[in-house]
Amino acid sequence: MKKIVPVLALLTLLPFSAYSQTPAERGYGIAKKADELDVGWQDFTANIVMTLRNKSGNESVRKNRVRTLEVAGDGDKSIILFDSPADIKGTAFLSYTHILKPDDQWLFLPALKRVKRISSSNKSGPFMGSEFAYEDISSQEVDKFSYKYIKDTEIDGQEAFLIERFPEYRKSGYSKQIVWIDKAMYQPLKVVFYDRKNSKLKTLTYHEYNQYLDKYWRSSRLEMVNHQTGKSTTLAWKDYKFKNGYTDRDFDKNSLKRMR
Amino acid sequence: MKGQKTLSISLCALFLLPTTLIAEWSGNISSRVSVYKNEALLDNQKRVYSSLALQPAYSKTWDNDRQLFDLELFVRANDRVSNTADIRELSWAYSEREWEFRAGIRKVFWGVTESQHLVDIINQTDFRESFDGEAKLGQPMLNLVIIQNWGTLDLFVLTGFRERKYPDDNARLRFPLPVTDDPAKFESDAEEKNIDYALRWSHYLGNWDFALSHFYGTNREPRFQKYGNQFMPMYDIINQTGVEVQATIENWLWKLEAIHRDGAGSRYFASTSGFEYTFFDIDSSGVDVGIVAEYSYDERGKRATTPFQNDTMLGIRLALNDEQSTEALIGAIVDNGGEGVILSLEASRRIGHSFKLTINGYLFTESSPGEFMYAYSNEDFVEVEFGYYF
Repeated sequence: MKKIVPVLALLTLLPFSAYSQTPAERGYGIAKKADELDVGWQDFTANIVMTLRNKSGNESVRKNRVRTLEVAGDGDKSIILFDSPADIKGTAFLSYTHILKPDDQWLFLPALKRVKRISSSNKSGPFMGSEFAYEDISSQEVDKFSYKYIKDTEIDGQEAFLIERFPEYRKSGYSKQIVWIDKAMYQPLKVVFYDRKNSKLKTLTYHEYNQYLDKYWRSSRLEMVNHQTGKSTTLAWKDYKFKNGYTDRDFDKNSLKRMR
Repeated sequence: MKGQKTLSISLCALFLLPTTLIAEWSGNISSRVSVYKNEALLDNQKRVYSSLALQPAYSKTWDNDRQLFDLELFVRANDRVSNTADIRELSWAYSEREWEFRAGIRKVFWGVTESQHLVDIINQTDFRESFDGEAKLGQPMLNLVIIQNWGTLDLFVLTGFRERKYPDDNARLRFPLPVTDDPAKFESDAEEKNIDYALRWSHYLGNWDFALSHFYGTNREPRFQKYGNQFMPMYDIINQTGVEVQATIENWLWKLEAIHRDGAGSRYFASTSGFEYTFFDIDSSGVDVGIVAEYSYDERGKRATTPFQNDTMLGIRLALNDEQSTEALIGAIVDNGGEGVILSLEASRRIGHSFKLTINGYLFTESSPGEFMYAYSNEDFVEVEFGYYF
């Protein structure tokens, strides 16, 4: 009996706390929880295969290798090494992402052996000619957006939260994104992007989720479709390896020059 | 002819390698045709030149990426001028948390500006390969890198000097008299065996990337003395101190390079400074347009050994960011004393998955005798290169 009383008390509090939250707070809460569940992976390496498809279905493939370092309290650090097309093989891209201030980015050009600091103001432009913009592949920190909870829903038989998020960082190509977040994994299943004129621009769907280190969910295949151009890009993540023992030193300009 | 035979044999050898090894090879093979607008002034020069180049590279990392081996070769077979070959990279590197050590033949780039690379002094320039001075010869060296929270300190011992390569007698874009490399004069008694030293401290803080460097050794850039009907290069011992700064603020890149050079009785200051501003993703098209403006000053004025003594470079950089990575750079280098303009176009586009087409063109306006660019005023040209990358 004694134990039931506090439980009952809690139950009476539950609806109260749920309804006292504004949709903005509730949306933020969902994003925050997703973020908290994805803390502590330290670092990873992976291979990326991007397949670009134009309107008439012609395909071209880009292969990259990526290494990422988790940074507490800020955006992650990462290096992307381009393996194909062969004419850009060996080009490497180093970025220190930040939550609201501009990212720090350097590019290593192998033909000249030159490391070039580049402007990170290009958020909305295409990454390697694909339908993914730079802001889509950058680290997704909670405070980069403000949120609005819409409703609980279902997508392909999976229970999901439907939320809207609005970029708070400057120079975004989007007015808003509508996101379906899986209730069990707290990972996105689908994102619909709206351009600055608030027209539907792209849809991103996440497929083949795998769990790593018994904790971290990663989608192995992302499909991005551009509704305005009819082009699409498949981004396949392969060979995830977590906790390689990387430090900041593996993400400096000297390491950038050593990427092969 | 002999050079071409060797080239075709090495090409065959490359494609016969087992596929497991191919994976670590990369590079390109390309053909190039250069066409000059005007008839040549000299009998042995032509209007059209063609060549075939092979640039294979091999890289291997081991010991958990701590160790790295790099090889990069370059061979060009020409139809009308001498064939060229170089080992551009043959090096081993070892990396630890707080230091790296690199030994062998390497290429090292210093600098931030686009119109010229004042501070960049480690590698010798190969003017046979490209008119713009971007092509470099491999430099033998030992390089210790100290990596601390106060930045990166690079210490170089440059074991051996390589003479600057100039276009040969039958080539266009050469000086009125050919440059001989036999004999060449050296201030150092050790001549090309002189050991040169350099150090560079580089760091970054927020939006700022900067470096300070010093070089002591044989000047990469010679003075000339008339020797019969040729120019004989004279290589002095110099001290050069260099500064590089870049501020990256939103769409702006602000750049400065400056040197002070002291040697052979002459000391002078030179600088290049300017900006690059990029309009990204114009009207959501993905297209970037950048504007580049740089001013170059050389204290020696008319006695300067570069065309950049009081000049402004204006450029427009275009990147379509499409599947074919289409890019172009249109530039003008204007002598502020009204002594001539160089217009340039560099454009490239990937064809299919493995080919790339590059077009470069240069126009030189009339300049008066005695001006640096006078020798080039008849040399307007277009160069088309088609390459296969693997």
